[in-house]
Amino acid sequence: MENENKGKLKMAIYWGAACGGCCVSVLDVHEKLFDIVAAADLVFWPLALDFKYSDVEKMPDGYIDVCLFNGAIRNSENELMAVLLRQKSKIMVAYGSCAHMGGIPGLANFFDRKSIFDRVYFQSESTENPEGITPQPKYDAPEGELDIPAFYNDVLPLKSVACVDYFIPGCPPQSERLLEVFQAIASGAELPSKESVIGALEKSQCDECKRKKTDNKKVKQFFRPWEIEDDGETCFLEQGVICMGPATRGGCGVRCIEGNAPCRGCYGPPPDISDPGAKMMSAIATMIDSNDEEEIAGIVQSIDDIAGTFYRFSLPSSILRRKLIPEAVEAD
Amino acid sequence: MAKFEPKIVAFLCNWCSYTGADLAGTSRMKYAHNIRIIRVMCSGRVDPTFVLKSFREGADGVLICGCHPGDCHYHEGNYKCLRRYKFIKKYLGQMGIDENRIRLEWISASEGKQFAELADEMTEQVEALGPCRVRTVMENVS
Repeated sequence: MENENKGKLKMAIYWGAACGGCCVSVLDVHEKLFDIVAAADLVFWPLALDFKYSDVEKMPDGYIDVCLFNGAIRNSENELMAVLLRQKSKIMVAYGSCAHMGGIPGLANFFDRKSIFDRVYFQSESTENPEGITPQPKYDAPEGELDIPAFYNDVLPLKSVACVDYFIPGCPPQSERLLEVFQAIASGAELPSKESVIGALEKSQCDECKRKKTDNKKVKQFFRPWEIEDDGETCFLEQGVICMGPATRGGCGVRCIEGNAPCRGCYGPPPDISDPGAKMMSAIATMIDSNDEEEIAGIVQSIDDIAGTFYRFSLPSSILRRKLIPEAVEAD
Repeated sequence: MAKFEPKIVAFLCNWCSYTGADLAGTSRMKYAHNIRIIRVMCSGRVDPTFVLKSFREGADGVLICGCHPGDCHYHEGNYKCLRRYKFIKKYLGQMGIDENRIRLEWISASEGKQFAELADEMTEQVEALGPCRVRTVMENVS
């Protein structure tokens, strides 16, 4: 067994706060999965294979060649495994938007632990909790003390708790990109410099997008996608529909736009942009066709949720990182 | 405890507002020392990133000054600034940062006195709000 596996890459796939879509995107390579399995041994993958955390603990440091870590850091278990897998892996990859920037779970940074617990364990319509039970990190059971992961106040991207070698963006990453990256690693080709985003382009979505664009982007009103009839060929922004294309990396094959839905920004900002939402505000503002203060205010107010729209996938890695919760609430 | 001295970052356009602030200085007008001036070529150059970074680095307030409407050296930079300002203000509100921590005003090259008064007024306004917690919250992940 040992000899047979010699020279094969050792690969691990793990999830933090994730929906499971990233793991499925690995399966979405379809029959190419056989090529992956031929070139690599999957030594740890909770979604598909029965390994225990203790198996990982027993591995020597640097035993795993490539670890694809998907999901954000939401609780102490996510952090513990991120740190452990970092120690055991030669190459640590933040796989998918959540590991890359915080992703959809990162929208929880509009709240704090207390307000999330209040909603989930007390207020939600389907909850009945007369004894007021909430999750406790420690519990004294007759068999001994049990501990469950502690829920953090903040959602964090992977890079906040462990050193990341590469980022593969996307929600989920396109399977084709994963294959390209995997082939590059398996072939022993020279890899890009550390901490770079791989499996995506340097240019924005607009560069790849085939919709008709003019220089004269002037908009008097913004619409939600369902509020207008898309003509199927004009730039979404020119039609007044918010599209994250200008502040988002290309590389996904503009799949959403090809499917007549505006870009939501899952591939993250192009290089050198620290805050995609700020760039988006800047870009959208120039499009507003008005110089009248009140009219401008009205147009801006017509966009319901600026923070949630422009930072849908990137809130925990943006400049402000989270909503400020009044101190009195936070102290609890 | 020592009196709270707010830190206010002010982005002033080169052609009107900075010259206006300069006039306040050369005319030896006194105004609050809390204002830290950064000269930009045009208020249209003020990227929302600058404002967010200011708060992130510990500013308690941000002031943006440009030429009066119609007076922009680059024709419409100040209008672009005005539109971005509306976005930032709404965004800051959503992020739990008091919208009164940011202000956009038009100051012409001859309005040294108005600038000095604005600086005092803004300082008072931010002082009343107390220190901005963005930086401490950013640094203390929990």
